[in-house]
Amino acid sequence: MVYVLRRLIQSALILLGVSFITFVLLYVLPADPVRQIAGRAATAETVENIRQQLGLDQPFLVQYGRYLAALAQGDLGRSYLQKTEVSDLILSRLPATLQLMAAGIVAELILGLSMGIAAALMRGRIGDQLLMMTSFVTVSAPQFVVSLLLLYVFAVKLGWFPIGGYGTLAHLVLPAITLGILGSGWYSRMMRSSMVEVLRADYIRTARAKGLGRARVVFRHALPNAILPIIAMIGIDIGIFMGGIVVVESVFGWPGIGQLAWQAIQRVDIPIIMGVTLVSAFAIVLGNLLADLVAPLIDPRIRLR
Amino acid sequence: MKTWLATTALALTLALPAVAQDYTPDPNAKAGGSITITYKDDVATLDPAIGYDWQNWSMIKSLFDGLMDYVPGTTTLRPGLAESYEISEDGLTYTFKLRAGVKFHNGREMTADDVKYSLDRVTNPETQSPGAGFFGSIAGFENAGPGGLSGVEVVDPLTVKITLSRPDATFLHVMALNFASVVPKEAVDAAAGDFGKQPVGTGAFKLAEWTLGQRLVFEKNAEYWRDGVPYLDSVVFEVGQEPVVALLRLQNGEVDVPGDGIPPAKFVEVMNDPAQAARVVVGGQLHTGYITLNVTTPPFDKVEVRKAVNMAINKERITQIINGRAVPATQPLPPSMPGYTEGYAGYAYDVEGAKALLAEAGLADGFETDLYVMNTDPNPRIAQAIQQDLAAIGIKANIQSLAQANVIEAGGAGTAPMIWSGGMAWIADFPDPSNFYGPILGCAGAGEGGWNWSKFCDEGLDAMAVQADSLSDPAKAEERLKLWSDVYMGVMEKAPWVPVFNEERYTMKSERMGGDDALYVDPVSIPVNYDYVYVK
Repeated sequence: MVYVLRRLIQSALILLGVSFITFVLLYVLPADPVRQIAGRAATAETVENIRQQLGLDQPFLVQYGRYLAALAQGDLGRSYLQKTEVSDLILSRLPATLQLMAAGIVAELILGLSMGIAAALMRGRIGDQLLMMTSFVTVSAPQFVVSLLLLYVFAVKLGWFPIGGYGTLAHLVLPAITLGILGSGWYSRMMRSSMVEVLRADYIRTARAKGLGRARVVFRHALPNAILPIIAMIGIDIGIFMGGIVVVESVFGWPGIGQLAWQAIQRVDIPIIMGVTLVSAFAIVLGNLLADLVAPLIDPRIRLR
Repeated sequence: MKTWLATTALALTLALPAVAQDYTPDPNAKAGGSITITYKDDVATLDPAIGYDWQNWSMIKSLFDGLMDYVPGTTTLRPGLAESYEISEDGLTYTFKLRAGVKFHNGREMTADDVKYSLDRVTNPETQSPGAGFFGSIAGFENAGPGGLSGVEVVDPLTVKITLSRPDATFLHVMALNFASVVPKEAVDAAAGDFGKQPVGTGAFKLAEWTLGQRLVFEKNAEYWRDGVPYLDSVVFEVGQEPVVALLRLQNGEVDVPGDGIPPAKFVEVMNDPAQAARVVVGGQLHTGYITLNVTTPPFDKVEVRKAVNMAINKERITQIINGRAVPATQPLPPSMPGYTEGYAGYAYDVEGAKALLAEAGLADGFETDLYVMNTDPNPRIAQAIQQDLAAIGIKANIQSLAQANVIEAGGAGTAPMIWSGGMAWIADFPDPSNFYGPILGCAGAGEGGWNWSKFCDEGLDAMAVQADSLSDPAKAEERLKLWSDVYMGVMEKAPWVPVFNEERYTMKSERMGGDDALYVDPVSIPVNYDYVYVK
């Protein structure tokens, strides 16, 4: 209980730190949001007037304090250019992002785990080496390139999937695979080493000695034990996903918060940028927290201190 | 002398330099059908007081109306919600007679109170309208606030009187801007600060559906006050679509008009394919791309240096870089703008002459400077061409390729010696020569943060500009355009800019789309005039 409390306080401090750093970065930005709002026909007085209304004429700490005070009440502010509540904008786009993330996680698990298991079973042989090389390539491949490549081959040339967009399951496949390919590299390497270790364990030898079939040993005895450390990784993975989602959503025209952030950055719409950053940071912190809390439940050897 | 211009035709002939005629309906037009338009960027807002984007400009025109309007596909003014108008002899009072029986999408009848409310709202600093500055000539503008504009007066439910603090020959154009659209107060109040997502107007279409970040559906306003339009039953806008993807979908028959036009990377491919090229529509644009030379930064404070730079730039080659999608410019105004000086050749490309001028300025060995440019294609490539041209006369220009907002900031602050305007400026807000002067070449825009990035301020030319815009008597339109032509010739004499090219718009439409090509490259309803296009 004390542990949980301590982790919650830590998480809150991390979020506070993220909000401060983002606020500083946006404050020193050499582009003036007021000019973007005021438009090119604005007089100097109009610009000053808007600056005052938004409180952007105040010193940095006052601005930050006001932002935090509003945030404490769950108010992310209004978009400078759209005038809509930032929370509404994020909420309306969150389902698309969550859907993509869930599908991405499924894709990376399927790809990564099967590659890892196969490599472990072929340990030291050419198949193992090939799979591990592939995992290197997928970890390092830029998502922008991967997404365009998949789009070109499977949507434009073969016509199996729609060319970008959102709505049906078919729309989901290519962006999810793009995200999955990146993560699969990590998972396959972890799965391989975890599996190799378990396969060396005494109880596996016992099972084999009892005369159980190879498939039964691998899937009933080895896999449940080998997979435990992997599950804890999924929570941490959310951070990597958040980074990839901005790129993937932009290329595939996926209406999630990554796309929202990208368009807000181009227009210096600071409340949206702040809001998306905080929501993403929140997701990452939450993911890590859950991973840590869930780990002892699935593996009693892990104790919380 | 006061004259009621009771009929539309008479009013327009007097108000405009060009021979004005209203729109002749397309005899082949058919009612019905739905079309799909794509855009890359999301639609930020449909509030006419706020919207100032490529995507939402023509959407707002279809949802709302102002007192004035343009003949579709042209730059010719025609009355909108005003049936007729009267201009006082001193040019300071405009009295608009409103059309009776016009209904908002919520069913309520539009009255003079709505016109006053809308103008009060757009000029109220609390609204934070990027278009508020256009209404600067209305009396009481300086004190605009919650109390409203003193210069706008409701005479009776169908008559509005607007008093100006100075004569303004562009005022009817201003009343045709999206920012002057008439909105119903109760709908603005009901939306509680988010009218941009719940728009209610009098326009040809009404908003039926908006899924944020995905799509918008406009539905025909069956009670629209203009007879016979719109033709389409609905227009579907899909956002978040890359222009390259939109083009592929157009070939598949899934998209009717790619709102962002033909992406530069695909241009040659499209034009070389006869099937695709047949669907391309080309139109002029009220656009000029230019290089600003900051006259407050040495050595650009010397007119010889500025003229030398003008002569050093090979404009033909730069238009080739963008696949010939532009014509070389000779002066600030684009050729299709009234007031353009015909027969003026500008500064011809002359490397030796440019070197001689530099030598005259005591800079025979050249100098080093910075050229700011927005960092999206094709602008950095254009900047490289400029850099090479300048190197040929001994000027070493370092390219500063930055995000749009940062270049605009540097331009406004006056810290950029040279800026290539591509991607940022300047497309006219309304088809009148004054729109290319005040904010970008006049003293008003030269202050800190203004859009006059040359920081050029010539009081003599400013006085001429004021004089031109005070000629609001329609009978003096020719005289006024002559004055504007003189102003721009004066600008060229001082050479604060290198006018480089006037962009042309290349867009596409699907096989089934009908209507005059001009509607797809409408100079005012940018990019498409949704009210008048139809499905064959």
